[in-house]
Amino acid sequence: MTALPETTAKKLGLVIDLDTCVGCHACVVACKGWNTENYGAPLSDQSAYGAAPKGTFLNRVHAYEVQPDTGAAQTVHFPKSCLHCEDAPCVTVCPTGASYKRVEDGIVLVNEDDCIGCGLCAWACPYGARELDKAAGVMKKCTLCVDRIYNENLPEEDREPACVRTCPAGARHFGDLGDPGSAVSQLVIEREGVDLMPELGTKPVNKYLPPRPKDVLDEIDVLSPFLAPVAEESKGLAGWLDRVLEKI
Amino acid sequence: MHPAPSVIIFTTLSGLGFGLLAFLGLGMPAVTGWVAFFFYLIAYALAVGGLLASTFHLGNPKNAPKAFTQWRTSWLSREAICSVAALVIMGLYALGAVFFGASWQPLGWLGAALSLLTVFTTSMIYAQLKTIPRWNHWLTSALFLALSLAGGALLAGQVWPALVLLVIAGGVQLAAWASGDTRFRKRGHTLETATMLPGGTVRQFEAPHTGGNYLLDEMVFVVGRKHAQKLRVIAMALMVVVPVVLLFLTAGASGTVVHLVALVAVLSHLVGVACARWLFFAEAEHVVGLYYGKRG
Repeated sequence: MTALPETTAKKLGLVIDLDTCVGCHACVVACKGWNTENYGAPLSDQSAYGAAPKGTFLNRVHAYEVQPDTGAAQTVHFPKSCLHCEDAPCVTVCPTGASYKRVEDGIVLVNEDDCIGCGLCAWACPYGARELDKAAGVMKKCTLCVDRIYNENLPEEDREPACVRTCPAGARHFGDLGDPGSAVSQLVIEREGVDLMPELGTKPVNKYLPPRPKDVLDEIDVLSPFLAPVAEESKGLAGWLDRVLEKI
Repeated sequence: MHPAPSVIIFTTLSGLGFGLLAFLGLGMPAVTGWVAFFFYLIAYALAVGGLLASTFHLGNPKNAPKAFTQWRTSWLSREAICSVAALVIMGLYALGAVFFGASWQPLGWLGAALSLLTVFTTSMIYAQLKTIPRWNHWLTSALFLALSLAGGALLAGQVWPALVLLVIAGGVQLAAWASGDTRFRKRGHTLETATMLPGGTVRQFEAPHTGGNYLLDEMVFVVGRKHAQKLRVIAMALMVVVPVVLLFLTAGASGTVVHLVALVAVLSHLVGVACARWLFFAEAEHVVGLYYGKRG
């Protein structure tokens, strides 16, 4: 049923640290790999080796430049996937009941056996989190790796979304954002995590941690080249070499 | 938004078809026998033809029957139910008019109401979307209903109602264009709110990929906007001005000429509505374009 649950027992989601992300796209590849080989229809590519390759991805990394009024611009890598909104507009528009938000953990999923492929949920999503797979004709979206996080056939350390597991910079965190004591909730409080496009009232579960302010370099004295050297006498190996070479 | 031919054909034809059904249900004109048969044939060809066209853009049409289940939340589901209900009720009413020369009137009124409700539900599929500020307004529903009624009156040969309704539809269209042009900016969606990045002006540095994707194809359509103003003039002329002038000039006349003029007026209106509907999609800007540096 496409009515949204009043509340969910957990609010599983991601916290993405924009200060730490290096823009390597490893999460994009890990996501594509896992979700092509596992749950649901594979994420197809069209003309993968042609002139204009296209394909279905559930996670994409944008890059933006923030230009302050004065000073240098800052480059920010910006991974974006489904935010598993509490007030998910994609769910309520679905005519077939294929889209739903799980009561137990808040994950927004698509039942591909019911999906009609009308694309209206993708229109309703502000974040571009849903993509209609050209080959399968059904809507694809982030499942928060629902087939990993509860999968007892996997070693415990692998029971987190593929993007989180693979991130070499530790920029992605997974947990229950409904539990104020969880590590991810604490991180959001500490770093003042934000919702994307808050004016649309979707109440995203996933949070973004803004980049920390840039360091400011200490001022360098213009006279410093004229200052006397601090160490006249070199010591150790360099000092010995210096003395030997001096004698030759 | 990508102006898919299937959706333009669907909304244009089914809007006209359900508009005609509404007038037939109200007994305007109160036709029976063969005349009724041809009126209903045209109405059903337009309404059903439009609905069939809408299934062409589905990725997985075999699940279409499931679209009748989610009427509690989904306008698309409500539209599916309303359209079938309108077609069934008006079908029964048509049966009476064609074969029994009867006017089973409460049925006709119900059918007319359901026909207009169908047009309203279609409009709400678009008007409900906060992600597309241009559509997210009551004027979208007013426009769909006004055009459906005007086209229905035109097809039903109701000269004076058609004249009045066409002028109203033209006014609503102008209002929709005028207020729609500034709504995205007024709602305050920017790349800064999309990324919530603090400390300055944000611009796209690099797209996530060098190729296209579904989102860009479907929701970041930018081709052809440069002709938007010309197309608006053409749409308005064909949709409203030409039919109004033709109807006005032949309002008192009778005979074959009137039918020929009416045919020209209907075709002009049809092409005009299709043109306006193309603009409705092509000019609609989805907020996801912000993430790709394609807005504002």
